[in-house]
Amino acid sequence: MAGKPKLHYTKGRGKMESIRWLLAAAGVEFEEEFIETKEDLEKLRNEGVLLFEQVPMVEIDGMRMVQTRAILSYLAAKYNLYGKDLKERAWIDMYVEGTTDLMGMIMYLPFQPADAKEKNLALITERATTRYFPVYEKALKDHGQDYLVGNKLSWADIHLLEAILMAEECKPDILSAFPLLQ
Amino acid sequence: MPGKPRLTYLNGRGRMEPIRWLLAAAGVEFEEIFLETKEQYDKLIKDGFLLFQQVPLVEIDGMKMVQTRAILSYIAGKYDLYGKDLKERALIDMYVEGISDLMQMILMFPFSPLDAKEKNLDSIKERAINRYFPVFEKALKQHGQDFLVGNKFSWADVQLIEAILAVEEKIPAVLSGFPQLQAFKTKMSNMPTIKKFLQPGSPRKPPPDDHYVETVLKVFKK
Repeated sequence: MAGKPKLHYTKGRGKMESIRWLLAAAGVEFEEEFIETKEDLEKLRNEGVLLFEQVPMVEIDGMRMVQTRAILSYLAAKYNLYGKDLKERAWIDMYVEGTTDLMGMIMYLPFQPADAKEKNLALITERATTRYFPVYEKALKDHGQDYLVGNKLSWADIHLLEAILMAEECKPDILSAFPLLQ
Repeated sequence: MPGKPRLTYLNGRGRMEPIRWLLAAAGVEFEEIFLETKEQYDKLIKDGFLLFQQVPLVEIDGMKMVQTRAILSYIAGKYDLYGKDLKERALIDMYVEGISDLMQMILMFPFSPLDAKEKNLDSIKERAINRYFPVFEKALKQHGQDFLVGNKFSWADVQLIEAILAVEEKIPAVLSGFPQLQAFKTKMSNMPTIKKFLQPGSPRKPPPDDHYVETVLKVFKK
């Protein structure tokens, strides 16, 4: 199917943002259709175009893809950002799952009750600086290369950059102990 | 690294069960280490075995793999259960992610407070019957094949049979409106590797009980 991929989501980051990042990093232009009302979502559901009644949904290559991870995996492989073999893909997958967990925490922050926000923000900072960032800092230090996996730009690098920028929006100096991530 | 894959987790289903299913379906024997105390878990972390300080951990082919999805993808890729091309893989991924959302509800169920259990059970039933099972019923009906994708046994089939059995444990008549899924369940259960896994004495773990819940809370206590 000729034409650009078409993204269906609300007009904001949410679960679609990682997909926008990956397409952009791969140099792929895309169109977006924004869901603004409940009726918009119901219309999509009634048309039967949402496999599990959920968005994100991306129309690409004749498919109506749903499920964020499935979409991201497809894009990574299609645009050669998924390593050169099964083992490199395994490492990329592991790294990406880590940044997904971290970004997941940040994604839910706006939906938390006001009195829980400060506690959750502290947890995000703690997880970022003690669980996640040290892993990527060490990986870069150990092999001394520019990219996380296989000395080549991959989905893992793009996902990490997205996560770093999101974390910095929460706490501007969050990278202070991580020179290689900087 | 020669030798069987080695799984480290608690002695129960949790997030490791889909991995046990997939290895078993692929006919791969594996070893298991069971976490029973906080001290064992802390030691694993201290020894640097757990990339993100979490289990499941699967030692396979010289890697210490963590993150359930990464592990499952690797096993599917390695044992040829991931379709023949990128588009089949995309469909398998979509199916697996959907089923995974349903399984997540079942995973969390034993940990919900007593007064929320009935409501959560209703949610599981509603989602299974209205959102997930219809998709697979339709897929099987449309192509009339035995397997979900590409007329060939794949990770998606293993994930679906696991989910069907798990939901049936809670809602015995759940497949009553789904004749294709009933036939699918029978066919999959009779495949040699899966049949073996469903027999007593296999690595398959029983449904979570109070003791399992206690162990989880104890081992992962902060």
